[in-house]
Amino acid sequence: MELFLHQVLAGLATGGIYACLALAIVMIYQAIDHLNFAQGEMAMFSTFIAWQLIQWGIPYWAAFFITLAVSFAGGLVIERVVLRPLHNAPILSHVAIFIALFAILNSAAGFIWDYQVKNFPTPFGTKSILGEGLLSAHDAGMIAITFALLIFLYLFFNFTRTGLAMRAAAANPESARLVGVRVGWMLALGWGMAASIGAVAGMMIAPVVFLEPNMMSSILLYGFAGAVVGGLTSPPGAVIGGLMVGIIENLAGTFIPVIGSELKLSIALALIVLVLTVKPSGLFGRTVVHRV
Amino acid sequence: MGQMLLEAKNVCAFYGATQVLHGLNLSIAEGGITTLLGANGAGKTTMLRSLCGMVRTTGEIKFTGKKISGQATEDIVRLGIAHVPDGRGTFVRLTVQENLQLGAMTRGDKEGIVADVDRVLGYFPRLRERYRQQAGTLSGGEQQMLAIGRAFMLRPKLMLLDEPSFGLAPLVVQEVFSILKKMNEKEKVSIFLVEQNASLALNLADHAYLIETGRVVMSGPANTIREDENIRRAYLGY
Repeated sequence: MELFLHQVLAGLATGGIYACLALAIVMIYQAIDHLNFAQGEMAMFSTFIAWQLIQWGIPYWAAFFITLAVSFAGGLVIERVVLRPLHNAPILSHVAIFIALFAILNSAAGFIWDYQVKNFPTPFGTKSILGEGLLSAHDAGMIAITFALLIFLYLFFNFTRTGLAMRAAAANPESARLVGVRVGWMLALGWGMAASIGAVAGMMIAPVVFLEPNMMSSILLYGFAGAVVGGLTSPPGAVIGGLMVGIIENLAGTFIPVIGSELKLSIALALIVLVLTVKPSGLFGRTVVHRV
Repeated sequence: MGQMLLEAKNVCAFYGATQVLHGLNLSIAEGGITTLLGANGAGKTTMLRSLCGMVRTTGEIKFTGKKISGQATEDIVRLGIAHVPDGRGTFVRLTVQENLQLGAMTRGDKEGIVADVDRVLGYFPRLRERYRQQAGTLSGGEQQMLAIGRAFMLRPKLMLLDEPSFGLAPLVVQEVFSILKKMNEKEKVSIFLVEQNASLALNLADHAYLIETGRVVMSGPANTIREDENIRRAYLGY
C-alpha cells in the first residue's frame, strides 16, 4: 500500500509536467481547431529565451514574465506570417506547416544554443515536501501554477467578451465575421496565448528534464495523451488527463512487470488509442450535439 | 417611402471565374421592408453576400451615403448591417445565451445589451426556455429565431435575411414573419428580405425586386407586383 501511494505521488509529479503541456495543446486546439505538433518545440524555444535572459543576469521572475511577453509576440508573428496566407488551405497543409515549424524551431535552438544539456533554475526550490524525493517543492509549485493557469483560462473564455469572440471565431469563422468579430486577430491572439502557455509549461518542465533542444520529444507524446484522455475541448480535462497519464504511467511501470521502465512510453500511445476508440470526446470533452 | 439607406449600382459578383451577378441595381429604403425574389440560382444569396463583402464584387455599394463595397465583412457589420445568413449560421457548440451575446459583440453599452437580450426573449419566448441550452439542440424554427435575435442584438439599421422561411413548418413561418414585421415597425429596423416563397414575402414587404440569372427584371411596390397576374405567372409561379 505504501509503495502504491508513493508511486501515485511520483506519478502526480510527472503528471504535472504533462498537464502543463496538455493545457497548452488544448488551448491552441480551441483557438484554431487543429492540433499543433510544434507546440512542444515552441515551448522549448521559449524556455531557451528565458534561460538566455537569466544568463544575462535578469532575475528569475522578471525573465519569466519577459519570456511570456516575447512568446506571445512570437506566436502572434507565426500566425500572421506563416499561417495567415494559408487560412483557406486544407488541413494537410496546416499539418505540413506544423511539422516544418517543429523542425525549424528544433534546429534553430540547437544552432543558437547548441545541444549541450543545460540546468534551468526553479523558483520553488528542490526540497522534498512529501516522502523522500517523491514530490518536491518544484513539483508542487508546477502543479499549482498549472491550476492557476487553468483558472485564468476558464475565467477568460467563459466570462470575457474576447474569450467568447475567440471561441466563436474558432467554431464558425463566417458567422463570427457577421457579428463583427475580427476573426484574423482572434486566431493570432489564440496563437499568442498558446505560445505563452507553452512558455510557462517549458519553464516549469525544464528544471526536471533539463534544458536541451530535444527536451520535449517524449513529453509531447504524453502531453497529447493527456489532452486526448481529458478531451481536446476541455482545458480542465487536459490538466486532469495529464495528471492521470502521469499516475497511470508510473503505476503500470511499477506493478505490471512486463512494462517496467522500458515500455512506459507505449502506455501513452495505448491510452490515446483506448480513449479514441471507447470515448473519442475524452473524459471531460464536450460532445457536440447535432440535430439530424 | 423615405430616404434610401442602401444603394447598389451595377453590382457584378464572381465565384472564382464564374460571374453570378451581371450589373445589378437596387436600393433599400430606410424604415421599410424590401424583398428580393427569384428562382433557385438567380443570385439572391449572392446579392446578400455581396452587400456584406463576402464575395468578390465590382460596382458600387453605398450604405447611408458611404461606400462600403471593398470593405471587410467585419467593418461593414460594424456600420450597422446585420446579416442572417443562409443556413442560419448558428454557433451550435455555444449556448443560446452566448449566441445572443455574440450578436452584441461590437457594442459597448452593457445596460443596453441586457435590455436588448430581454427584448429578444420577449419576441421569442421559446428562446427563454432554451436560454442555457446548446444552440445545436434547438429545432430549425428555434434556430431561425435565434439567428434573428442574434442579428437584432447588433441594433442594426439594416437587417439582411436569407430565406428565413426555409425548411420551417407553415405555422412557425407565420410566427417568424409576424415578428419581423413587429421589429420593423417598433424597432425601426429596415429589412432586406430574400425569399423563394414569393407570396409570403410580397405580403410582408412594401417594395420588391425580381431577379433572374443575376439581373433585375422587375421592380416596384410589393402590392402592385402581387396583384399583377402576368408577373405572377411569368416569374413567381403561383
